[in-house]
Amino acid sequence: MDAANEAGQAKADSAKGLAQLGTVSGDAPTHAPAPNTPQFTREEDLHAYHEMLLIRRFEEKAGQLYGMGLIGGFCHLYIGQEAVVIGMQMASVEGDQTITGYRDHGHMLACGMDPKGVMAELTGRRGGYSRGKGGSMHMFSKEKQFFGGHGIVGAQVSLGTGLGFADAYKKNGKVSLTYMGDGAANQGQVYESFNMAQLWKLPVVYVIENNRYAMGTSVARASAQTDFSKRGISFGIPGEQVDGMDVRTVREAASRAVEHARSGQGPYILEMQTYRYRGHSMSDPAKYRTKDEVSKMRDEHDPIEMVRKRLIEMHGVPEADLKATDAKVRETVNDAAEFATHDPEPDPSELWTDILLEARA
Amino acid sequence: MATDILMPALSPTMEEGKLAKWLKKEGDPVKSGDVLAEIETDKATMEVEAIDEGILAKILIEEGTEGVKVNTPIAIIAGEGEDVAAAAAGGGSKPDAAAPAQSAPTPTMQAEGQASAPAATAKSGDDKANAPAAPAVITNKSPAPVMDEFPPGTEMVTMTVRESLRDAMAEEMRREDSVFVMGEEVAEYQGAYKVTQGLLQEFGARRVVDTPITEHGFAGIAAGAAFTGLRPIVEFMTFNFAMQAIDHIINSAAKTLYMSGGQLGCPIVFRGPNGAAARVGAQHSHDYSAWYSNVPGLKVIAPYTASDAKGLLKAAIRDPNPVIFLENEILYGQSFPVPKLDDFVLPIGKARIHRTGKDVTIVSFSIGMTYALKAAQALADEGIEAEVIDLRTIRPMDTDTIVESVKKTGRCVTVEEGFPQSGIGAEIIARLMADAFDFLDAPVLRVTGKDVPMPYAANLEKLALPNVAEVIQAVKAVCYR
Repeated sequence: MDAANEAGQAKADSAKGLAQLGTVSGDAPTHAPAPNTPQFTREEDLHAYHEMLLIRRFEEKAGQLYGMGLIGGFCHLYIGQEAVVIGMQMASVEGDQTITGYRDHGHMLACGMDPKGVMAELTGRRGGYSRGKGGSMHMFSKEKQFFGGHGIVGAQVSLGTGLGFADAYKKNGKVSLTYMGDGAANQGQVYESFNMAQLWKLPVVYVIENNRYAMGTSVARASAQTDFSKRGISFGIPGEQVDGMDVRTVREAASRAVEHARSGQGPYILEMQTYRYRGHSMSDPAKYRTKDEVSKMRDEHDPIEMVRKRLIEMHGVPEADLKATDAKVRETVNDAAEFATHDPEPDPSELWTDILLEARA
Repeated sequence: MATDILMPALSPTMEEGKLAKWLKKEGDPVKSGDVLAEIETDKATMEVEAIDEGILAKILIEEGTEGVKVNTPIAIIAGEGEDVAAAAAGGGSKPDAAAPAQSAPTPTMQAEGQASAPAATAKSGDDKANAPAAPAVITNKSPAPVMDEFPPGTEMVTMTVRESLRDAMAEEMRREDSVFVMGEEVAEYQGAYKVTQGLLQEFGARRVVDTPITEHGFAGIAAGAAFTGLRPIVEFMTFNFAMQAIDHIINSAAKTLYMSGGQLGCPIVFRGPNGAAARVGAQHSHDYSAWYSNVPGLKVIAPYTASDAKGLLKAAIRDPNPVIFLENEILYGQSFPVPKLDDFVLPIGKARIHRTGKDVTIVSFSIGMTYALKAAQALADEGIEAEVIDLRTIRPMDTDTIVESVKKTGRCVTVEEGFPQSGIGAEIIARLMADAFDFLDAPVLRVTGKDVPMPYAANLEKLALPNVAEVIQAVKAVCYR
C-alpha cells in the first residue's frame, strides 16, 4: 500500500461510523457521527442545502409524474443519495467531466443542467436534453461536461476512464468523475479500467455509490469483498470509505481524490456509503429490506436534514430563510414539471435524425 | 539416415518466406534445439531450430533467397555415423514427398485487379480442386478502370493491403493530432499482423498505445475518449475478440449520438482482421459482417483491394461516426496497384464495379471477391459475362449500384464467407425483391460459408468455406445453363 493509500485509509477510519452499517438486509444501521468531521462555512452549507434540496424535490416530482403516467419506462430516483454528488461537485472545477449509470438525474442537476430540460427528457418531449430520444437513463450535456446517463451497468466506468484518457492525452488538467453503484462495481470491465487507469496514471476519480442494494440484492449477498474502497488494491489504486450521507465528509474526501488525480498520480477510489430511500426503480416494491431500516436512515442520517439542522443551530440561519429557499426550489421544480408536461412530443421526423453525423467536407 | 530440413510454416497463413540467414554452415555439428537459420515472413523474423541431431551436410537454399515456399527442403542433415558427402548427394531431391498434402504444385490463379499472384493459400488450393476446367493461368480480361476514383494518368504503386492500411493510418495521424491507435501489440511489437509497423517510431507512445489484453475495457476507454472529440483507431487483434467489447461498440459507440439528441458523436474506428484465416478453428474464423451490418449508428466497411483499403480507412478515420473496418488476414499480404496521391480518400457507402458484364451480376466484398472474380474469369471462357460488384461498404449499402446492374443483367448471385442466415446475401436479396423484382429473370442465389462453426481439419475447413466452383454453379443456375 502506497503512502497515498495509507493516508486514505487513515481518513477512512473517521468514516467508520457508517462503514459499520449493517450489510445484510434488515440490519439496523448504526451510525454515530464521526469525530473530526470537517466543517462547512455558512455559505457552503447554504449552497449544499439548496443543491441537495433541488435534487430531492426534483426527484419527488419525477416520482409523482411517473405515477401519473407522464414519465414512462424506467425511472431511478436518487432520493437519499444527494450528499454524494453535491459533495463531489463542490470539490471539482469547471471542465471536469462527470459520467454515471442510470440513476443519473441528481448528477445532471449537480452539473448545472437545466431542470426543465432534464424533466422534459423524462416525459419524452422535444425540449428534453436528448430531444426526447434518450429518456431517464440517457441524457448528456457537452456544455456542462456531463457524459451520461448509461443504461448498461458498468459501461460508464470504461467510458469514464476514456474521458480521463482524453484529459491525459490533451494534457488539459481536467479530471473525470466516474460514478458507479455497488452493483456495477462487480462488473469485469471495472477492473480492466482500474488496471489501465493506474497503468497510464489517468486522472479519474472512481466514485462507488454504495447504497447497499444492487436492485434487490444486498451488498453482502453479491460481493465477496464488501469494502469497496479496497477494490483497487491489486492495482495500487488508493481508496477510502466515506460517509456519503454527510456532504462535508464527501467534499473533504473528494478534494483529496481530485487533487491526487489532477496532480498526475493516477486514479483514486471513493466508496460513498449512502442509501437510497426509494426502490431501485419506480416499479420496485423494495421488499428486500424492512420499512424500519429505511425510516431509521431517513430519521437519523438524512443528508438534507442534517444540513438544515446545522444551518439553524450552528450558523444561525433563520427558519424563514430556509423556507424561502424551499419555496424557490419548489418553484423551480414546478416550472420544470410545467414545461415538461406541456412541451410537445418530438416531431415524427425526429425518428430519423441523429443516427449518423454528416462527414466533414 | 539423411534428413531434409523443410521450410517451416511460421503462421497459420504463411505460404512462403525469405531465408534471411544461416547460423550454421555446412559441416557443422547440429543438435536438437540449435538455431539453424532465420526466416523472414511478412509479419516477423523467426528462428528455425534443429529437431534432429547430426551434421549439417548441405545447404540447399542460400541465405537471402526470397519466396521460399513452405515445405521446400532447405538443408540436409546427415545422421550420426553417416557419410556426409553421400547424405548431401542423396537428400533434398524429393520435394513432392516432403509436401504430403500437395501432389502437384498449385497453379497460379490470379484474380483480376491484383498486382501479382496471391500466395497459394489453402483456400485457393481448394478453388483449384473444385473449379472444373479452370485454366492454370488467367489473364486480366477486365477493361481498365471501370470507375474513375482518381485522375486519369495517376501513377500507380504496387503495395500490399497491409502496407496500404499502415499508410492510411500514418497519413491521418500526420494530419491530425487527435488521431491515435490503441490495441494489443500495436506499438512495441509493431502489430500482431504488422499492420501498425513503424507507427510507434514515428508517432511515439502517446499516440500508439499498447493495451493490456482487455478488449471490453479498452473499447470503452476509446469510446469515452471519442466522446470528447479524440479520434481513436482501435485495433482488435481479430474481430473474434471484439465480442468481448461488443457492448461498447453497439451500446456506447453506435447509440449515443441518437440517445443524446445529436449532441455526442463518437468518431471512432474499430478495425482488425475479420473472418477466416486458415486452420485457426471456430473461435478465430467468424465473419461478423452481418452482425455489424444490423446496427443503425454504425458504418461498416470491408475492402478487398489495397487501394480501397487505403482510401476507405482514411475516410473512416475522418468520419464523425463509429466505423467498423473489417479487414482480412489472407488479404493482408496480397498486392494491388494503389494510386500515388498525397491524399487519396474514397467515399464510404459506394460500391465499385470491379468488372463489367451483361449476363449476370455477382455481388461480393472483402475476400469473397477472390471467389467472385475467379469465377467470373472462368465463366467468361464459357461465354457468360459476369458483372462483379465489390460492395466495399456493407453499411450504408449501395443498393443503387446493385439494382442498376441487375436491371441490366436480370440475374444475381451473392458471395460471402459468412453464415447464410440473416447474412449479407440475405439482405441483398431482400433489397432486390423490393427494388428490382420486375427486372429479375431468375431467383437470386447466394454462395456463403456453410451453416456450421468453422472446423479445424483441413478438408472440413475447405468444405465449410465457399469456393469458386460453387459460385460458378450458382451463376449457371441463375442463367439456366
